[in-house]
Amino acid sequence: MNFIRFVKGSIQLFFRGTKTYYAWLLFLFVLIVWGAGGYAGQLRDGLITTNMRDSVSWAFYIGNFTFLVGVAAAAVMLVIPAYIYNWKPIKEIVIFGELLAVCAVIMSIAFIVVDIGNPMRFWHMLPILGTMNFPYSMLSWDFFFLLAYLIINFVVVSHLLYAIFYKKEYRKKMVLTIVFISIPMAVGIHTVTAFLYNALPARPFWNSALLAPRFLASAFCSGPAILLILFQILRKITNFEIKDEAIWRIAELMVYAMFIYLFFTIAELFKEFYSGTQHLLYWKYLLFGIGDNKELVPYSWLSIGMGFAAFILFLIPKTRKNFVTLNIGTVLIYSSVYVEKGIALIIPGFTPDVLGQIYVYTPSMTEIRTAVLIFSLGSLLFTFLVKVAIAIIFENYNIGSIRGKEESVRIQA
Amino acid sequence: MKKSNSRRSFLKNISLASASALALSGCSLKELEKFFQKNFRTLSEKEKKQLIEDLEAEYKEKYHKEFHLSDKPAIDGTLFGYALDISRCIGCRKCVYACVEENNQSREPQIHWIQVLQMEKEKGIDFVHSDVHYNPETVPEEGHFYLPVQCQQCRTPQCTTVCPVKATWQEPDGIVVVDYNWCIGCRYCMAACPYGARHFNWGKPEIPEEEINTEMHYLGNRPRMKGVVEKCTFCIQRVREGRYPACVEICPVGARKFGNLLDPNSEIRYILENKRVLVLKEELNTQPKFYYFFGV
Repeated sequence: MNFIRFVKGSIQLFFRGTKTYYAWLLFLFVLIVWGAGGYAGQLRDGLITTNMRDSVSWAFYIGNFTFLVGVAAAAVMLVIPAYIYNWKPIKEIVIFGELLAVCAVIMSIAFIVVDIGNPMRFWHMLPILGTMNFPYSMLSWDFFFLLAYLIINFVVVSHLLYAIFYKKEYRKKMVLTIVFISIPMAVGIHTVTAFLYNALPARPFWNSALLAPRFLASAFCSGPAILLILFQILRKITNFEIKDEAIWRIAELMVYAMFIYLFFTIAELFKEFYSGTQHLLYWKYLLFGIGDNKELVPYSWLSIGMGFAAFILFLIPKTRKNFVTLNIGTVLIYSSVYVEKGIALIIPGFTPDVLGQIYVYTPSMTEIRTAVLIFSLGSLLFTFLVKVAIAIIFENYNIGSIRGKEESVRIQA
Repeated sequence: MKKSNSRRSFLKNISLASASALALSGCSLKELEKFFQKNFRTLSEKEKKQLIEDLEAEYKEKYHKEFHLSDKPAIDGTLFGYALDISRCIGCRKCVYACVEENNQSREPQIHWIQVLQMEKEKGIDFVHSDVHYNPETVPEEGHFYLPVQCQQCRTPQCTTVCPVKATWQEPDGIVVVDYNWCIGCRYCMAACPYGARHFNWGKPEIPEEEINTEMHYLGNRPRMKGVVEKCTFCIQRVREGRYPACVEICPVGARKFGNLLDPNSEIRYILENKRVLVLKEELNTQPKFYYFFGV
């Protein structure tokens, strides 16, 4: 009964807010409707509504999936510095980080679902019910890592919120143990996702041992970016106390990640360009185009440009500690990694294809609309979850408040 | 009073909602059964028989013809191999279209299991400088040679390893097959195949009624559905009956050879012993059973 009351109370919370909050909801709603229209077309006519074909058989959807796995991984890894540097609101950082992780994992799985030709047959992947190809297929590994990661994070975050809601002590030992399991798991999900591509000798562009390390480094750039913005918003609208120093420290850690990413990428580029084998073609297509086919060139340089700009902004202490330039840098690095994972990682792996043919791929309107659908649904879920979390943590929304309310309703009646 | 009322109406609403959801999805019993159909390799003989009968009836209803759908297993002592004479191939693409007709590939959108690459003689076998869309008045073109590529039927196939649901596997006679009713359409196998041999039904496959081949094998040329992967099976419906694949029969210059690798007197063994053969991308250790050679 209490649980139903809790759900009811939480749903009521969704509809309480400022004008900005309502504007945000309306904005998401418009995007969801527009995106759903696109996805409906794909459900009806099949993946032919995308621009993917036999030559480029994975593209934008799988790129988005990869990006979101990175976001999910990095959101939890932020717990490490919070713990080491003993930032005061560590519990809050864990809660918001894990909420982000939960949403990002759900979104990444959604991108897999829209990418597969027969989403209704998803159950074939399950053990016992289906015939899961474990341990041979990296995809079944990835699916299970993501599912386990989702469950772990969900358990921790709901237990913490539950405890605060009921004004009970949370089980410190259990939470701490699970958090410490979820950190290597975070590294694990992104590594396994990298191995998904990495283990394909047919695709030389991905067949480099540096792929997984580069994934992790880039995730550490994009994942904390969202939390950086969120923490600033929370600081404004609640009594969430995170010091400037902690935010600057996150930015500083992001610079290290960017530097490591840069180093790995330069090492990769050196090997490819100096050896100059036919495997160079994929990088050539990405960075300079092959012949008249220069479709990816603007995307790749946009990503590189934004990444470098963010790197400079975060590197110089003066701009790092100025919140305007810091936030510009945050948006830049997030966008840079998004373009890199969404476009620049997957498509060159398939262009030219295994028989040397070039099929020019750019996302179709259906793909863009479906991606917008998933991102806006994910944002809506994240907004609602954060809203409930804020109410529980900062606004004293607890078991007493829902009981008290019902009493007063009864008295009025 | 009020409370119980609302509960009843709630229950009513739920049942209404689920009934309408069922109706909306057009969920007939047959379709539900199809949804729960198991992986072909886990079916019992009885279940297989029932499934084949159902499918034959379904195809008859759709195409208004009598179908023969086989599930004949591999014959003991066979391991199929293929050899293609690069020096004879003239790039006419007759094999491409014979394959389409034999194997009921979709005509719209078009799916071709065989890709013929036009290569420059000066460059040798070089995929990067090859062209699959060559279109001259007559073939062969001066200064070029042709390299048809289809499933290489690898001994260590990477496509089957990566499949997350075991919807594709290598049969005892060496043919790599797909269970179209089990494939989820993730296309991981297409990313893993180094030969571009796997093809996806991006749209709903269309085959004209008068062109459909009624001699079918469950793991081969039966009609596919939207959203699944398909590939060359050496014409499993033919070769398990002792016939040649359609591409071997149609080739006007006799460039295509086929046979049992375990039979010392087969033509394929003769070629392996007396000609110098090569396989594509040998460095990937896929160990194809599809060989190329220079006959003249």
